[in-house]
Amino acid sequence: MFMKYLRDAWNLYYDGFRSMTLGRTLWAIVFAKLFIIFIVLRIFFFPDYIKEHVREGDESEFVASKLLDDLN
Amino acid sequence: MNHLLSIDVTMVDWARSQFALTAIYHWLFVPLTLGLAVVMGIMETLYYTSGNEFWKRTAKFWQRLFGINFAMGVATGLILEFEFGTNWSNYSYIVGDVFGAPLAIEGIVAFFMESTFVAVMFFGWEKVSKGFHLASTWLTGIGATLSAWWILVANAWMQYPVGQAFNPDTMRNEMISFQDVALSPVAVDKFIHTVLSAWVLGAVFVVGVSSWYLLKQRHVEFARKSLNAGAVFGVVASVLIMVSGDHSAYTVARTQPMKLAAMEGLYKGGTDQSLTLVSSISPFRQPDYEGLDEPPFKVGVPYALSFLATHDFHGYVPGVRDLLDGYTRADGTHELSLEEKIGRGQNAIMALQEYRRARKDGASGDALAVLGNRIQEDMPYFGYGYVRDRSQVVPYIPVCFYAFRVMVGGGCLFLLLFVLLLYFLRRGDLMERRWLLWTALCCIPLSYITSEAGWLVAEFGRQPWAIQDMLPTWVGVSQLGSHTVMLTFLLFLVLFTVLLAVEINIMCKAIKKGPQL
Repeated sequence: MFMKYLRDAWNLYYDGFRSMTLGRTLWAIVFAKLFIIFIVLRIFFFPDYIKEHVREGDESEFVASKLLDDLN
Repeated sequence: MNHLLSIDVTMVDWARSQFALTAIYHWLFVPLTLGLAVVMGIMETLYYTSGNEFWKRTAKFWQRLFGINFAMGVATGLILEFEFGTNWSNYSYIVGDVFGAPLAIEGIVAFFMESTFVAVMFFGWEKVSKGFHLASTWLTGIGATLSAWWILVANAWMQYPVGQAFNPDTMRNEMISFQDVALSPVAVDKFIHTVLSAWVLGAVFVVGVSSWYLLKQRHVEFARKSLNAGAVFGVVASVLIMVSGDHSAYTVARTQPMKLAAMEGLYKGGTDQSLTLVSSISPFRQPDYEGLDEPPFKVGVPYALSFLATHDFHGYVPGVRDLLDGYTRADGTHELSLEEKIGRGQNAIMALQEYRRARKDGASGDALAVLGNRIQEDMPYFGYGYVRDRSQVVPYIPVCFYAFRVMVGGGCLFLLLFVLLLYFLRRGDLMERRWLLWTALCCIPLSYITSEAGWLVAEFGRQPWAIQDMLPTWVGVSQLGSHTVMLTFLLFLVLFTVLLAVEINIMCKAIKKGPQL
């Protein structure tokens, strides 16, 4: 029963992807977009600012220094 | 020297511009997804109940357009989260505990619900039963709507920070009541109003595309029936959005009165306030709210603003200056002046400094508890401690004022459009009213402008706050050079423009091809 369910689910996706027409273009765009977002933008343009500037565990001290210390 | 004062102001401006650009672009896709989700659900329900193959093909056509929009919009919202970590690192760290939960839930819901049921909806026509397929179509829409719920909860929390407490040890706002965050009155209002606005946009899209077919005299039967369904859906959504809009304004009056004052160009408030229809506010500069009581020229609906804000025709509505100077409410409670709020904010900052110094020096127990209490007492005004000038806490009035009128005016226009389309369609002479069909077509871009205008009101109106009263934007940003953010802003501009052009091209081709009837 469970195996039949899995087989049906597999066939749904397999046949669906194989018979796509416009869907192929859309998937190509989705993958291109994901590549640009996660590989190009994330790595080269959007680093985690705090992780880059402080060791793990010292984040609160770092943010406190930004918000409080320099006010003196 | 306070390094916060040394932050390049243009960095804040660029970071805000970049966030706005990304959010505006993302919002080009979301409302059509939410709106078409209902339309295709209605079409397929008609197929399920009547067994008529015509409705199956009609549903398939709108699902195809839904699919194009869905695919093009996928992941465009993720960029906003990247921007939090890079450009808004102080903000991101401080609110991460509260903000992370709804965003994580949104990601999980979006991934599992949408990816599962979208697949059944597109691939399952010949594979699953009619009932299961119909359920999948509706669940795709419900999944998308639930995703929107969590994003709007996060946004609403920034406008009305409840269900949290500031922890001076971790320097974070920590969630103490998930229920208060998820079901705050602002979140509920925002969700209902936003989803309804998406439904209106979806309805305009359907009647606009259907009108194009009628103008071209192609797929006439399909277009008439789609237009009928779209217009009925549009009327229902438009009437509901008026009710939700009224309630949203009432909530804004209580939670963000400065936003309401900016939306109305109300410099000096009072009782018996009229709702402005037309005014001489210049779109290009901040008006002289300190010197004038109201714009030199103003036409309004008597008592309507008082009623909108207080549900009492004679209710008191504070203006910009009242909010800066302080005022006494109808119930006798006093709203602090800006100077008093700044004092409370500075007290909170000083108490937090002392707390952290004392903790470093090894203090514990009662000494820390006393300082902790001092912090919590003034924490609701924490952000005011960074304010140096009255003008810093007044949003840019022209944008709020005109965007509000574009939003409301557009909403009224669309209701009129739906009613006229239905009237002439049922009278049988819609095909002769080509001007109306052209108007419906032209309303498609107008519906996007109206929808984005709603967001401009919401987001410009809460300036300068990243978190209302607790964190101004210039404190929330990272200490980056403005050129870095400017570069990614331009990168996004190019990327988004290309993607948008591709989408419009694919969408237009699919519409030209028409339904496979």
